[in-house]
Amino acid sequence: MADRKIDDATGVETTGHEWDGIRELDNPLPRWWLWIWYATIAFSIGYWVLMPAWPGLHGYTKGLLNKSDRAEVGQELKALDKQRGEGAAMLRTASLEQIEKDPKLLAYAQQVGQSVFGDNCATCHGIGGTGSKGYANLRDDVWLWGGKLEDIQYTITHGVRTGAEGARMSQMPAFGRDEMLQPKQIDDLTEYVVNLSHRPADAAAVARAAPLFEAQCSACHGPQGLGNQQLGAPNLTDADWLFGSDRASIRGQIYAGNGGVMPTWGGRLSPETIKALSVYIHSNAGGQ
Amino acid sequence: MSATTLRSAGPPAGSGALLAISVVGAFLAVLGAGLSHDPIFQLQAGTIALAGVIAAFVLNAGMAGGTLQDHPDQYSDNVVKAGVIATMFWAAAGLLVGVIVAAQLSWPTVFYFPELGFLNFGRLRPLHTSAVIFAFGGNALIATSFYVVQRTCKARLAGGITPWFVFWGYQLFIVLAATGYLMGATQGKEYAEPEWYTDLWLTIVWVAYLLVFLGTIWKRKEPHIYVANWFYLAFIVTIALLHLVNNAGVPVGLLNHKSYGVFAGVQDALVQWWYGHNAVGFFLTAGFLAMMYYFVPKRVERPVYSYRLSIVHFWALIFIYIWAGPHHLHYTALPQWAQTLGMTFSIMLWMPSWGGMINGLMTLSGAWDKLRTDPVVRMMVVSIAFYGMSTFEGPVMSIRAVNALSHYTDWTIGHVHSGALGWVGFISFGAVYCLVPWLWKKPGMYSNKLIEWHFWIATTGILLYIAAMWVSGIMEGLMWREYTPQGFLAYSFIETVSAKHIENVIRTVGGLMYLSGALIMIVNMWKTIASPSAAPADASAVPANAIA
Repeated sequence: MADRKIDDATGVETTGHEWDGIRELDNPLPRWWLWIWYATIAFSIGYWVLMPAWPGLHGYTKGLLNKSDRAEVGQELKALDKQRGEGAAMLRTASLEQIEKDPKLLAYAQQVGQSVFGDNCATCHGIGGTGSKGYANLRDDVWLWGGKLEDIQYTITHGVRTGAEGARMSQMPAFGRDEMLQPKQIDDLTEYVVNLSHRPADAAAVARAAPLFEAQCSACHGPQGLGNQQLGAPNLTDADWLFGSDRASIRGQIYAGNGGVMPTWGGRLSPETIKALSVYIHSNAGGQ
Repeated sequence: MSATTLRSAGPPAGSGALLAISVVGAFLAVLGAGLSHDPIFQLQAGTIALAGVIAAFVLNAGMAGGTLQDHPDQYSDNVVKAGVIATMFWAAAGLLVGVIVAAQLSWPTVFYFPELGFLNFGRLRPLHTSAVIFAFGGNALIATSFYVVQRTCKARLAGGITPWFVFWGYQLFIVLAATGYLMGATQGKEYAEPEWYTDLWLTIVWVAYLLVFLGTIWKRKEPHIYVANWFYLAFIVTIALLHLVNNAGVPVGLLNHKSYGVFAGVQDALVQWWYGHNAVGFFLTAGFLAMMYYFVPKRVERPVYSYRLSIVHFWALIFIYIWAGPHHLHYTALPQWAQTLGMTFSIMLWMPSWGGMINGLMTLSGAWDKLRTDPVVRMMVVSIAFYGMSTFEGPVMSIRAVNALSHYTDWTIGHVHSGALGWVGFISFGAVYCLVPWLWKKPGMYSNKLIEWHFWIATTGILLYIAAMWVSGIMEGLMWREYTPQGFLAYSFIETVSAKHIENVIRTVGGLMYLSGALIMIVNMWKTIASPSAAPADASAVPANAIA
């Protein structure tokens, strides 16, 4: 180009082009840049030679190291199975009670249980298993569907209100939403339930609600409100409340009849895993 | 000469045709909305109809009232002005949504709106990514490319009314995409969420954009094509190609918003990440390198460091980038040989990427003092530094052994944001700080001090953001792979989520700072535009024919 100039600041020649006042210096490629680039290319070629790399019409170049992710994953899984194998075999044959009594087996079941609990149960029941509103606390001695080892195993295997065969099933009526009771009656029942749990309540309302409780609630919750684990009906006389203990929560529950759903884990987790999980939950709670 | 300077005859070419298209488009959209039984489709068609009606009214009024005039002897700067304003509007919107989703991750129970499903994280997250990449980044690229191609070709934008069609058509695309996400209309493909009709519309707009750009280069009064235009052209052409292939799909019905892609399984994943990675490569890298190649030498008034480097790194970048996508699918069902190629091409991409960094930084040689005196130059230099850092970090993360730790963790999020906030954001802000006084004919920005504030608040915000994500990313990656001696995972997923609460909060603060910086900039811009005009401060604002 005709218009090549020397740039004063650097002493480098320009290329002679100019666009809207912008010129370009005729600097060479920086050597360090070029050599690093060559090095990355050399590395890549070396990697292609050693590892699976280029596809062809039939298959691909396997590489001199003969590495295969697929094969390695298989080996790692086998190694893991072996690492877990002894304990898993013992879990398979031992009964739930035997597992809990044998310190070695118990420690192993705790490990499995904790790991499985974290990945499958903690999302709802919390990392520590202490639950939250609508999700049962698994660390206390209050059980909706029974706290014996076998009960826990059954609940995990079949789930709650999933609609699956054998799942735990019960449905509290939505007394308010379905207009089975008047708002005033629900207010009275709320006072009745507050009174059941040994807290101060409006005595007149409690008296008015007594026949209502007898007619509508006692079939499941029992005449004294002590609950029924066969039906997942909670004890209303204790301090443990799945959907909240204050009057608004109790009223809301009578109104809407909420009932949580827990997945059916049988088929998703192996029977040994469910055994371990049952022992883990049972041994960390005030089990029955 | 006198004949040309008096040439201001009537509205720009194609105005009548565009009016007709708007009317027909509005009619068809109303028809579609009326016949459809799909509420989402009805709302989206209604939006298109509204846009068509507004366009028809504005065009008709402009043509009848004589306000819509062609000025063949001047640069088309009004469409660039509109683009600059749109850039900053969408920057504020996209960054705000980013802060909201960050807050949702920090305090999931506080920023949870069960009654307003469209505000859930799942809806807002693609809104954030698309708003910052396509609305903010896309408008910045279209506006600057329209400015740069005219100056470096000494030619007015080609195509009569078409640049305005590109601008408003692109805004319609953004609105359709954004409202679609909120209603749940999505293809579920990262950065390619919009449904089939929005994709078709973007295709039309994008082809018009390509034709305007090529037409302007065709008309150029310079013997050579400037390097910035190579990069802009590579960006426009490749995005068109990527968009068409990755969005290939079949709608459930012509009156239904839903469609299904033609690819399935691992092929779908590979096409998606071929697209996704090159959206980074050609949208967020090539496009913004084009911006750098014009605004950095222009602002520091120094020649570009090396013409040869610009050629070599340009061709190396576009040839190598296109192969790097499989590094997003390490240790998946993708065959290992494809992972190998993705990784090695990413490593070979390191130096071609750094070519742009060297050319940007070394252009300052002879003018390093401007780093101290001009906060806009400092912003652009920090932008190039972040570019260099993230284009090094990228190849490192593409190495399979590293990726085994970093994949699916916050480290990736940090990497993306050092590129997005540092490189893309800062180079765009730098370009806009240059453009506002040039376009509106002001001696400079309203306040240099506000630029300083913007620079320091935003830079600190970026550093907080990426440092927090490095820590949480590496931590959760290590926690995920931790086994107990008996061979069981040591941590549940939810434990790793709660472990990074503090980092999430720091990230939210960093994002909020970055947003604050952008808001300061908008105030500064507003004040500048509202200030009294001075004589043209820059020769580039002189009509084209006067130069030629």
